[in-house]
Order: sequence, then C-alpha cells, then structure tokens
Amino acid sequence: MKNLKLLLVFFLAFFLITSLCFPAWAKTIKIGVIGPMQFVQGKGHWNGAVMAAEEINAKGGVKVGDKRMKIELVKADSNEFLNVTDATNAMELLMSRDRVDFVVGGFRSEAVLAMQDIAMDYKKIFIGCGAAHPEDYDTYKYFFRGTPFNSRFLVRTAFIQMATVAGIMKATLGLEKIRIAVVAEKAMWADPLIPAAQGFIPKLGHEVSGVWRPSPVATDVTAELSAIQRADTQIILTFFSSSVGIPFARQAGELKIPAAQVGINVEAQKEGFWQATQGQGNYVMTLNTYNKNVEVNELTRPFLDTYQKRFGEQPTYTADTYSAIKHSIVPAIEMTGTLDPDRLVKVLEVREYEVPSGKVAYIKDDEGRPLHDLKWGPGYLTSLGVQWQDGEQVGVWPNKWKAAEGAPEVTYKGIVSYKIAPWIVEAYKK
Amino acid sequence: MILDIIITGLIHGSTYALLAIGFSLIFGVARIVNIAHTAFYMVAAFCIFFVTHNLGLHPVVGMLLGVPVVTVLGMVTYRIFIAPIREHEGAVLIGTIALAIALQEVMLLIFTGDYRSVPALVPGYLSIFGVKVQYQQLITFLAALIILGLLRLLLLKTRLGLAIRSTAQDREVANLMGMNESRVALYTVGISIALAGFTGAVIVPLTIVEPFMWLHPLIMMMAVVVLGGLGSIKGSFFAAYILGFAEAVVVFLIPMGAFLKGSVALSIMILVLLMRPEGLFGIAFEEER
Repeated sequence: MKNLKLLLVFFLAFFLITSLCFPAWAKTIKIGVIGPMQFVQGKGHWNGAVMAAEEINAKGGVKVGDKRMKIELVKADSNEFLNVTDATNAMELLMSRDRVDFVVGGFRSEAVLAMQDIAMDYKKIFIGCGAAHPEDYDTYKYFFRGTPFNSRFLVRTAFIQMATVAGIMKATLGLEKIRIAVVAEKAMWADPLIPAAQGFIPKLGHEVSGVWRPSPVATDVTAELSAIQRADTQIILTFFSSSVGIPFARQAGELKIPAAQVGINVEAQKEGFWQATQGQGNYVMTLNTYNKNVEVNELTRPFLDTYQKRFGEQPTYTADTYSAIKHSIVPAIEMTGTLDPDRLVKVLEVREYEVPSGKVAYIKDDEGRPLHDLKWGPGYLTSLGVQWQDGEQVGVWPNKWKAAEGAPEVTYKGIVSYKIAPWIVEAYKK
Repeated sequence: MILDIIITGLIHGSTYALLAIGFSLIFGVARIVNIAHTAFYMVAAFCIFFVTHNLGLHPVVGMLLGVPVVTVLGMVTYRIFIAPIREHEGAVLIGTIALAIALQEVMLLIFTGDYRSVPALVPGYLSIFGVKVQYQQLITFLAALIILGLLRLLLLKTRLGLAIRSTAQDREVANLMGMNESRVALYTVGISIALAGFTGAVIVPLTIVEPFMWLHPLIMMMAVVVLGGLGSIKGSFFAAYILGFAEAVVVFLIPMGAFLKGSVALSIMILVLLMRPEGLFGIAFEEER
C-alpha cells in the first residue's frame, strides 16, 4: 500500500513538473482558417494555408524562442455567402472551442467585419484574405489585411486598367469619346466605387452612359444588358465579387453586346470561368492577383508551380493565406520569439517583405500611425489585369505602365497584349 | 425602351409561369404547398449538367434523362415523406422545406458549391425590333405557352384531367364517387414535378447551376402563385407575366435600383392582395369550391 502511494506521488510529481517545465511539448501553433469552404473562395483559403503549413512543418516547424512548434490548422466553414450569422458562429467556435492562436481567411466584407469583432474581443491576430472594406485601426488593432488591398486601391487599379483599355479602343477603333457603363453588384464593398467612378470617368475625357446595380446573385441580366446597349456604351466597368459575374459575362457574350468588359469580376479570376460561361466570357478582363504565365518576383513561379502540383489548379487570391502564414505570421513569431499578439502586432506593422504577388508593407495614416492596410503601387502590390483570350486566361496589365509622369515603366514577365473582341471591332470600326 | 420592356417582360414572365403552373397544380389538387418544387428544378439542372459535362452528351439527352429521373424521385419522396402527413398542412409545409434543404445538401456534397453551366440548346440570338433575344429565351417563352396548352388539354379532355379537376373541387365527394383520391394526388405530384424538371431543363442554359439555385425562383414562384390566386393555373400564368413586366420596368426605368426588381415585384403582389386578398383569379371563400 505504501509503495502504491509512493508510485502515485511520483506520477503526480512527474506530470506537474512536465506540464510546468515543458508546456510546448504538446502544444502547437493553432491557426484557424475561416472561409466559405463549400465554394472556390474557401477552398483557396484552405489550400493556401495547407501548403504553408506543410512547407513550414517539413522544415521542423516554427522557432519560438528556443523551442520549435509545429503548425496545426483548424478549418472553419463560415458559410458567409448564405448566412453571415454562420460566419460569426464559426469564428466564435475557433476562439472558444478550438482556442486558435491566429486566424486567416474571410471573404465577404459584411461577414468579415462581424468576424473581426469576435477576434478583437479575444485579442487574436486575424489576417483577412478576401474582403476589401476600409480598415479601422482604432477598433480593429489585431486585424491585418492579407489580400486584396482595400477598395480605394482596388478601384484605382480598376480605373487605370479601364483607362488603358479605353486608350487601346480609341487608338484602334478611332473613337473620339468612349461611353462607359458602370455596373456594380449591390454590395457594401461596391457602394463607394460608384461615386468614385462617376467622378473619375469624365476626368479622363469619357462619359458615363449609366449606372446599373444588379443583385449579387442575379441569374438573368439580359434586361440590364439591353439597357446598356441602348445607352450606346463602348466599355462596361464591372464590380462583381459574387455569382452575377458569370451570367453577366455569359449573356453579354451570347448577345454580342459591343462593349468591352473591364474592372473587377471575381468569377472571371477563376479557372472554371470558361466552363461556367460556356466560353462566352471570351475577352472579359478583370483585375486579378495571379496568372499562371505572369511572374511578379522570384517567389511567384515556385508558388504557382507548387500550388498547381499540389492541388491541380491555379490559385485565386484567397490562397494568399499561404503568404499570410508563411511570410507574415511565422517570420514575426520567429523574430519576437513569442505568440503574444501585442508584441506581434508591433512587428507586423513595420515589416516589409516579399510575397509571391509582390512586396507587402502596411500604410500609415496622416498622423504617422501604422494602419493595417496594404501599400499599393509599383515596387509593392499592384495586382494584375488578366483577360480571357480563346479559352486561356492571360496577363495583360501592367504593360509598359507608368504610375506617374517620369516614373519607370512597369511590365511583369509574361504579360501579353490586350485584345478587343471581334464583334466590338466590327461594330465600331470606321 | 417600351419594346425592350415588353420583350424582356415576356421572357422573364415565361420562366416564372413555367415554375408556377406546376406548383399551382399540386396545390389546387392535393392542397400541398410544395416548397421543394424548385428544389426538383435544381436537381433536374444538375442531372443535365452531369449528362452534358461529365458524360459529354447533348443537352437534349440530358433533358430526356433528367426529367424522368426527377419525376420518379419526386413521386418516391412524396410517397415516403409527404403522403403520410398530407392531412396536416403545417407538417407538409415543414416537411417540404426539409426535403428541399436535404436535396440542396446532397447536391452540395456531390457537386460542391462551384458555379457551373450547361450549353444552350440553340446557341445565338435573334434581333426583334432591335432587341436582342437569345434563342434559348425564345424556347422558354414557347415552352411556357405549349405547356399551358397541353395542361389545359390534359385537364379538360382526358379522364385523368376530369379526376384531377374533380378532386381539386371537392376531395371528399370525388372519393365518394369512386375516384382513388390518393392516386390522383400521386399522379398530380408526378405531373407537377415533371413540370419542375422540364422547367429546369429549359431554363438551365440561361442560368447558373449551383445547389442554391432553387431559392430565388422559389420566392418569385410563391409570389406569382399568391398573386394569381392559390391553386389557379390561369391566375399563375397571368401573374407570372405581371411580375415579369414589373421587373423589366424597374431595370429599364431605375437602372441604379436594378437589384430592387424582385422587391418591387413582391410589393406589387402585396398591393394586389390588400385590394383582393384571394389573388387575381382565386376563390374568395373555401365554401365556393
């Protein structure tokens, strides 16, 4: 009996010592990956995170002080396309049940804003990889934008690309003035883009032929297309992040609407766009983060090739969870030797580092306080302009782009020329 | 612009009419509010997608396979899930919602939430007075007229039609007159779901195939049926075009409010119901049936 007591005391002491002295033995760095997992966007979130975790763990994990910790991913289906409440529930579960250390992902601004509140309550760093709403540093100290840059820069890039296409159309077709229809889905992120477009287009010497706001989930936009054609439109500036991008492109192609589509069409960024539009999305141009033929820097090609080999497809921008984990969170942990969010925030705010889509840096406000929004411009992140040309998505922008007068030209490796759809040429060629 | 509105309204109205007629039929006869009606439309769309995309066959083959598959599926699920609880309207309503969600989840598991499409039966478009109309839209318009004609023939000129009408007027008396009321209901369910499947087959090239594609048409279909008068096929037909025109008017006259087209259509429904609670062609009192 005495021996049994001794044995019990020994085991208790052993467990106490091991749990106090070696807490990291059993601990991993838990990263929650949240997104609409039944959809392409969520798959991108998950795939990017898986690739990052596999690469880091294969090299022995993350060096935290004098310990090495493996990365453990926790998948959370936000179902945010259908129900924002599901997204907040999924985030709450990540925090309270799974007790994750970091979160990456999120897509719809409406859902991400709600998810941010929960992450802030728990003081967890949340790197957004999908939504483009403006950042609010005072409220969301632990939220960082991973991708894309915010809607202000998105619209600036879309305008530059639109102006490029307008220039090509003017030069090729001999048009004096281009009439541009602004078509934006009815969603929060697109609301500020409308007045911006209405103000900017006349400054370029063009005219706004009208503004249309279809539902993000509209399946029939033939009425809108008829009205756009009636308005004598040569360019359609699109702002679509939802499914409406498919019927719009398909029906415009089927009806041979003589207007070039340019802007943002998230569905056109995906490989499945060609099938989804039955090939009618030919010549549609959209802003994008990756293209299989385009290399922004030396990290782009290895990322694209490994992703293709691992998942059998090209990444969309939500796969930037890869960069959020591999190039953002992990180096910050290794630099500070801690998982303490307050110390990590300070490092994340000031670091500048390369990712496969360019160079990441966070901008500052007028008072010099670091914001958590991505810096845009040559040398940093610019995104790409891609166009569907006969079944293949190719990069067409930046092509000899000058960000300002006297600035150096920017052309990424693999960029090709923009093509005007033949029915547009036929309609306007003098 | 008036021509644009007329043509667009006719095309949109035809889509709603095709869906609403089947729904109206099953409610008129069996008093079943089949929320899963558009879910069968979605299943038919996936059948055609599978046949065209995975098997590489022509969309017509997809239609020929998809419509019977969906019809059989609908009749089987009716016998198993709905028939035992038919007398309890609330339970039927909830049961059909559950059935629709189950079908949605099954499709989500098999095909994921990715957006897909199928090729048009006849690609290209026709210009009518300067308004471009896809051939597929014309097919939808013609299909709505043909289906209505055939349904009218079935109801007025056949023994089955007589039984369906009798059952719709008074189930108990029809039963007493020797009609197998539950069998008539089963056949009506079969016809109704075949119509949903056929609608899916006709419309699928015009839309996106995805597991949640049944939700938006469901709302518009319910609006059409309520506006036309519950159970009135004629009412559904007219109401479908009224709402189709309302949507077209919104898009052409208020382009910035194009997303409101569904809301405006539903508001028209509410306004009509305030003035005529039984709908345009509905029967005011149950005793009149």
